[in-house]
Amino acid sequence: MTSEDIKNLILEIIKDIDDEADFEGLDHDKALRDQLELDSMDFLDIVMELRKRHKLQIPEEDYPHLATLNSCVNYLQPLLKDA
Amino acid sequence: MPVSFSQLAEQYDVIVVGSGLGGLTTANRLAYCGHKVLLLEFHHRLGGLATWFKRRGHIFDVSLHGFPYGMLKTCKKYWNKAITDSIVQLKNIVFDNPQFSLRTTFDKEDFTRLLQGHFKIPGTTIDRFFSVVAGMNFYDDQTMTTRELFNDFFPGRSDVHRLLMEPITYANGSTLDDPAITYGIVFSNFMNKGVYTFEGGTDRLIGLMTAELEKNGVTICTNSKVEKIIIERGRVRGVEVLGKTIAAKAVVSNSGITNTINNLTDRQAYSDDFLEKADKIRVNTSSCQVYFGIKEMETIDDVGDLLFTSSAPEFDSEELLDKHSHSKTFSLYYPKTRPGQNRYTIVASMNSRFEDWAYLEETNYQQEKQLLIDRTLTDLERYLPGVKDKIDWMEAATPRTFNSYTLHTKGTSFGTKFEGLNVSRSIFKEVAGLFHVGSVGIIMSGWLGAINYGVIVSNDVDSFLRS
Repeated sequence: MTSEDIKNLILEIIKDIDDEADFEGLDHDKALRDQLELDSMDFLDIVMELRKRHKLQIPEEDYPHLATLNSCVNYLQPLLKDA
Repeated sequence: MPVSFSQLAEQYDVIVVGSGLGGLTTANRLAYCGHKVLLLEFHHRLGGLATWFKRRGHIFDVSLHGFPYGMLKTCKKYWNKAITDSIVQLKNIVFDNPQFSLRTTFDKEDFTRLLQGHFKIPGTTIDRFFSVVAGMNFYDDQTMTTRELFNDFFPGRSDVHRLLMEPITYANGSTLDDPAITYGIVFSNFMNKGVYTFEGGTDRLIGLMTAELEKNGVTICTNSKVEKIIIERGRVRGVEVLGKTIAAKAVVSNSGITNTINNLTDRQAYSDDFLEKADKIRVNTSSCQVYFGIKEMETIDDVGDLLFTSSAPEFDSEELLDKHSHSKTFSLYYPKTRPGQNRYTIVASMNSRFEDWAYLEETNYQQEKQLLIDRTLTDLERYLPGVKDKIDWMEAATPRTFNSYTLHTKGTSFGTKFEGLNVSRSIFKEVAGLFHVGSVGIIMSGWLGAINYGVIVSNDVDSFLRS
């Protein structure tokens, strides 16, 4: 997956979680939590959805890697290189 | 509709034991993720303590009272639209005690107004207090108690302590001596946007959840008490139920955590270190309730949705638990609760100790129950004069009643104290494939806590099943 694919994947999952999420002006280096009012349950949903769609096992200690769109790319790209 | 026991398969991916809101949510999430799920419930009805019963045309809700706004988002994400759309606000929360009498929407804005205007607390202190409790996380320092938190912010103000604590004690059985983080998390949830209820009542909610479970392919079997969770060589194999063995890769117990360890599994399956922690778990207190049904065609005035009442001079966790406590909550269910059914019911709730009721012999037990009803009716008359003549059904429940329906250790109606959370969260590290979901740690209790915990545990189970 390209970095663009990964960003789209994350945003698509967030859209499923919250259909009113507004991605206009989203800063890719700032915390998704603050910009989109996500809580810890939402991050759990993202983890579960990544496992369902791409068989990815993300251990709890790695959750902080999902903080921003760019950190998602850095963390997920090696794991999704063949996807 | 639940299927009959004889129709069950020999094997499932996962078996959920118990159908409280945590068990129902775990079953639903796992089925949604594509696993083959069996839900077993010993009672004839799903819901656990989220339950109701019918008498003479009345429907009594046992634990509907009110939940935080967060329930909307949670139901939208993990259940469905019909459920979410039925969540409505309860706007009239009433306090009445010797220190103050007031009415509130029980949210941050209104509490700020009250604390400033009625209690004369400086705005900066209020803002600081709200920001501290809102920033609390379950993994934060647990050494500070709620009493210490209150004394820091509102020293010597027993009236303010009462305003802040009394409703939360009724909501989750916590006391001033529990960790402040358990208070902060639950209180902040309520302060977000106030108190909400489910239009149509608990029966409608559980009906909608049952339909969703079936839509997602969960096999539901009621009247099926699991006798044993089978563990072999450190791994879950399935369950024994009504003399039959059903195999599963994972078992999620929605029985109490203490029941799960001591009754449903063989203690030899656990390490000494784990058992030492498990044996230190304190279960929370139980409840007494008195149910009043108003005759058909009769009406009562709207005196508020939730009434926190007490004639005790100050708030005192021990007084609240006393068998002869002068403190109780009245949940008033007007016709708006179940639109179309023009009925009124009132449920009085008190926190109680199992020990005060467990060992009474039958005649004495019945007498004590009658005295409880009489005392509660006298208190209710203060808010609804003449209501006595409008009532055609009165009934009491005690910790014994809670014990017999939920099988919870000591009839606890609020799960466990804080230490239960860690044991519940780590049981799968002891036995591969064994998980627990249910009211633990104070923060994972109540309707919202139980559902959210169900989601957290289903993530663990899904991860295990896919590994």
